[in-house]
Amino acid sequence: MGTLSRLTPHLKDSLAAGLLAGLLALPMLGFRLVDSAQGLSLDYRFTWVAIAAATVFTGRLILLQAGDAIRRRPSQRSASTQPQAGRPNKLRPILGWLFIAGALVLPWAPLADRNLLDKATLLLIYVMLGWGLNVVVGLAGLLDLGYVAFYAVGAYSYALLSQNFGLSFWICLPLAGLFSASFGMLLGFPVLRLRGDYLAIVTLGFGEIVRVVLLNWQVVTGGPNGVSGIQRPSFFGLPFLATAPGKTTFHEFFGLPFSPDHRIVFLYYLILVLALVTNLFTLRIRRLPIGRAWEALREDETACRSLGIDPTKTKLSAFAIGAMFAGFAGSFFATRQGFISPESFSFLESAIILAIVVLGGLGSQIGIVLSAFLLVGLPEWFRDLQQYRMLAFGGAMVLIMLWRPRGLLSNREPTIRLASAPSRVAQTAEDSV
Amino acid sequence: MMLSIRQLQSGYGRIQALHGIDMDIEAGEIITLIGANGAGKTTLLMTLCGKPRASSGQVFFDGEDITHLPTHEIVRRGIAHAPEGRHIFPRMTVLENLQMGAVVTPPKYFADDLERILALFPRLHERLDQRGGTLSGGEQQMLAIGRALMSRPRLLMLDEPSLGLAPLVVRQIFQIIREINRDQKVTVFLVEQNAFHALKLAHRAHVMVNGKITLSGTGEALLADPAVRAAYLEGGNVAFDRTERRA
Repeated sequence: MGTLSRLTPHLKDSLAAGLLAGLLALPMLGFRLVDSAQGLSLDYRFTWVAIAAATVFTGRLILLQAGDAIRRRPSQRSASTQPQAGRPNKLRPILGWLFIAGALVLPWAPLADRNLLDKATLLLIYVMLGWGLNVVVGLAGLLDLGYVAFYAVGAYSYALLSQNFGLSFWICLPLAGLFSASFGMLLGFPVLRLRGDYLAIVTLGFGEIVRVVLLNWQVVTGGPNGVSGIQRPSFFGLPFLATAPGKTTFHEFFGLPFSPDHRIVFLYYLILVLALVTNLFTLRIRRLPIGRAWEALREDETACRSLGIDPTKTKLSAFAIGAMFAGFAGSFFATRQGFISPESFSFLESAIILAIVVLGGLGSQIGIVLSAFLLVGLPEWFRDLQQYRMLAFGGAMVLIMLWRPRGLLSNREPTIRLASAPSRVAQTAEDSV
Repeated sequence: MMLSIRQLQSGYGRIQALHGIDMDIEAGEIITLIGANGAGKTTLLMTLCGKPRASSGQVFFDGEDITHLPTHEIVRRGIAHAPEGRHIFPRMTVLENLQMGAVVTPPKYFADDLERILALFPRLHERLDQRGGTLSGGEQQMLAIGRALMSRPRLLMLDEPSLGLAPLVVRQIFQIIREINRDQKVTVFLVEQNAFHALKLAHRAHVMVNGKITLSGTGEALLADPAVRAAYLEGGNVAFDRTERRA
């Protein structure tokens, strides 16, 4: 009965939407210029207009009805407004360990082939970038739309250091992190006083500046041609090659038959370790004074000041550390691809990474894995859909926001908990200070 | 003298809010500042905390000139500020909020301080695991005061702790402020609109009108003062403001 009574307003709403779609479709789809023997002539396609209007009408109706159905369910969506932070969420760590275990055995799974591992590697890059950006956006609450700039700095640092000075990946990795972190500080200084929308605009500009510099500083970066022939990583000095003159290769050292898959598996484990380090770091730092200061800053800057927290140091450290992880991911990207160009670091990348963080539920580590899977993994697996791929991408985003407006996993885990006995309160509290 | 304010002027851009304030706070007392909306009470507290910056004049804390120190440095000297509107961290639990109050103190004090503050606010003890944003107004105010106390201040500055609270809760809060001052030897600088309670609590009090101190005296003296009674206790503040402007 409830559904029926709501049907009428929904019908009206859908009719209006259908009508609007028809009006819009009329000039865009309804008329067509046809090249005929007598020159150009006008052709009419009213069926197309009708189809567009009908599609919007039914789509809107279904969406409204479905939305109602979701809303009528007991409100599980209000997870983050629950008064009690409650007992520790047992499920989440288990889920986390399952993910890690699954990721570790993946290369040995029966279905795993080169293709799957490649895709998993790509997915893990985005997970790592999401975890890195989460420090800035999720914890410190600084909306950063130019995160890809630090990824680019990391990638170019490795590519150029390795090509010009012959440094190995393992030396370049910390250097790339360092460079990216300094760029993070560089961006941090001018935007210290900004928040929210204004901060977003400036970071967006910063991201573009870095891309444009890479594109135009031809002498150093190779401009639009990018940097190619970047040194591939070696297994602690053992290259993944069939033969290497004057050097022992990986397969010779371990007495294995040569296979190009060795490198794929190695790259996969490398990014897995890098990503897990990022995760571990974030989980740990949330419990340290600096991490708590980030979260407090996100909640209320005035209060932070009056409690003696230096907002300048806090913001700069968040930018620097977030950027550092992007730098690590960037140098991994460069060594994996062997070729980088400014094209890989467009604004769209920043937008996708930000979408991963936001859809995952700001600040949630596992949420980021899930949304990276949805936003990067699924489109990769559905490449067969060709141009409809992006449609599915957009659709997934809309659905997540309808279903979980605060992100997939939005419940914030407290960093310090109350033990049951009052005398132990102080004790546990002291432990985590 | 714990805090001395000398000819302090401050404001927002071209709008001057404080026109030369002189005030002294002795260790161990409760000083109250009352005044109407827009008199400059909050601006005075915030200027003492370094934001907005004083345009002229000086502030001394224990003889040290703190006028130009950044806010977080001022707090580290032993001044805690519970800002107007409470400003608790809504998504963090009560315990985490209290923990944030202790960022400037060495960790070894944390357990004792926490126990002391939970004894002062038993309500907070019951709600340690609850998110700050879901507390009632009175509980949030208790949390804001408790959090400020976690920094082991010698001077506690409270900006309208009674704002938006029911009369019964207001009385409770003022009772706790008295305890903090008496038992924990914390000097209190209280800014209030609720003149009756604030003056009853205060050892000494000042009245502020349009960015100037117009009346000073003991709490009881001001409570008995006809001008104060007319302006802040028995009806609106219209009459008082008018006489001041003419003068």
